[in-house]
Amino acid sequence: MASVVNSQPQALAESNPDNRSAAAKSRTSPWYKPRGIIGQTVLWALLIGFSILFLYPFVWLLSATFKPREDVFDNRLIPETWVFDNYVQVWEQLPLLSWLGNSFTIALLAAGLVTISSSIVAFGFAYFRFPFRNLLFGLVLGTMMLPGAVTLIPQYLIWKDLGFLGTNVPLWGANLFGSAFYIFLQRQFFLGLPRDIFEAARIDGCSYFGLFRRIALPLSIPSFIIVFVFEFQASWTNLQAPLVYLNFGQPSEYTVPLGISYAMSLFSPTSGGEADYQYVMTAALLVTLPMLILFAIGQRYFIEGLAGQGRKG
Amino acid sequence: MATALEPRGKRRIKRPRWIKEPFNREARAGYLFILPWIIGFLVFTLGAMIYSLVISFTNYDLSTNTAAPVGFSNYERLLEDPKVMTSLGNTLYYAVLSVPLEICFALLLAYLLHRIPDRGAGVFRVIYYLPKMTPSVAAASIFLLLLNGNSGAINTFLGWFGIDGPQWLIDPTWMKPSIILIGLWSVSGTMLILLAALKNVPKDLYEAAALDGAGAVRQFFSVTVPMISNALFFCTIVLTIAALQIFDQAFLLFYRDTTNAAPDAALFVGVYLFQQAFQQFNMGFAAAIAWLLFVIILLVTVVQVRFGNKLVYYEGGRS
Repeated sequence: MASVVNSQPQALAESNPDNRSAAAKSRTSPWYKPRGIIGQTVLWALLIGFSILFLYPFVWLLSATFKPREDVFDNRLIPETWVFDNYVQVWEQLPLLSWLGNSFTIALLAAGLVTISSSIVAFGFAYFRFPFRNLLFGLVLGTMMLPGAVTLIPQYLIWKDLGFLGTNVPLWGANLFGSAFYIFLQRQFFLGLPRDIFEAARIDGCSYFGLFRRIALPLSIPSFIIVFVFEFQASWTNLQAPLVYLNFGQPSEYTVPLGISYAMSLFSPTSGGEADYQYVMTAALLVTLPMLILFAIGQRYFIEGLAGQGRKG
Repeated sequence: MATALEPRGKRRIKRPRWIKEPFNREARAGYLFILPWIIGFLVFTLGAMIYSLVISFTNYDLSTNTAAPVGFSNYERLLEDPKVMTSLGNTLYYAVLSVPLEICFALLLAYLLHRIPDRGAGVFRVIYYLPKMTPSVAAASIFLLLLNGNSGAINTFLGWFGIDGPQWLIDPTWMKPSIILIGLWSVSGTMLILLAALKNVPKDLYEAAALDGAGAVRQFFSVTVPMISNALFFCTIVLTIAALQIFDQAFLLFYRDTTNAAPDAALFVGVYLFQQAFQQFNMGFAAAIAWLLFVIILLVTVVQVRFGNKLVYYEGGRS
């Protein structure tokens, strides 16, 4: 039956204003109209051209990791002479495994904690009615606008006063208290859930926390995944915070971005070392890969979550 | 009894329940749920801001852990230190150039993706989003070589058209454009927001415009742009705030080594703030720089919101 409905000519479906599903479909489907052979050619040429532009640095990075030292500035995508020693050297000279482990632990803690705390707070703002709720939520939105550079110094001093300097606690600790953007995101999601189911559960004797854990939580898995992947990526790629909190420790305590920054200095000619950029490139590739794998797994949620944001409103 | 006190003939005003019972069970539970945020706000936002304001009036030195009140001298130094003005100028230059370029580029990409069926668009969306997933350190190390003045891929590409590419990372004139270029490569977050906005534009508006004889270009500027002006406005504000805090790429490419003095051409406020706080250990002065940056970001945002509200089209009136 469904195929019969779908196969009816588009024009017919649109000419019938009472056909709500067809109207809704035409509203959300992309505005797509073939515009002659020239328009289509230009469109696809641009799309493919930009793809090459975006992919070239990755392909070039991959090829650079197989190049000997003297060829690394060479723009050939297929190395003239293949070298596999870069991987061995990087593995031996840099504590890559520790960096990956540190980053993974920190990103997991940061993302896990912020997902849980933000959704608890978001549920508080979405479901309950209490004095000053709107004022407080306005403050949440206000902190979204607060530049991170401004709170960098005092937050550093707070962590220092608390005695957590040189540990990785400052890199995830504040996530225990939720984050404005995610609170906003999750609240929007919770507001979309019908209130009736919560009222029904209350009548059945469900506690307030039970409403969150048994009803809101299971229904909001998609927005959970979005927040988790977002924060995992943010934490994994963060340079400034590890630079501030971990820079004075041992290189084995570094996170991935700090480690690469350290490798860039170590292998650059300005700091007296040899210009071994092939090692920097190999390390850069190795630490980018986990992110790309995560993206490959989560991209459906990730992109839909971001691009679908406006569609609910 | 209470109803007897109300004036007759007037409709009863329905008040929220919490006015009668401000701290009932539900309200208490609500506060309990938002308690984590309240603690975080008091400590890491409000507390941090007050702490930073106090420090900015001292000569707090991180290396010795000493602080003595110095009045306004840190703020006076803001006016006297030539590096503050240089970094401020560089930051504004960067923001003024990079934000419109990023918006235009992101809009172009979003428009292209919008014009093809969803199935094909999926592949391109993923490809265009990849740079955003790349840690900025990895991007910086890639562009360190791609932007090489003598043999980098970008100058080789320009060479095909007979253009003699500049020494991107050495020539002070080209240091800021280099960073803008890297920013353009990873513009895909903005692209996705604009793509979502494009998908929300009702199709019948285009049909009506086409009936009135509007061509593709006219439709774009008379239908598409006004209808997504809200998203454009949002992206402009977010990108401007981010641009005014630019740190990663400039730090990695030019100011990573404290021994190697790079020209000040890419010294941004964020970088100078970091140098003063964590390399020179002048926390007091750094806190004053942070407040200067905060005031500038606030001013720019307020101006943008005031101007933006006049230009933005809101469906169903202004909210």
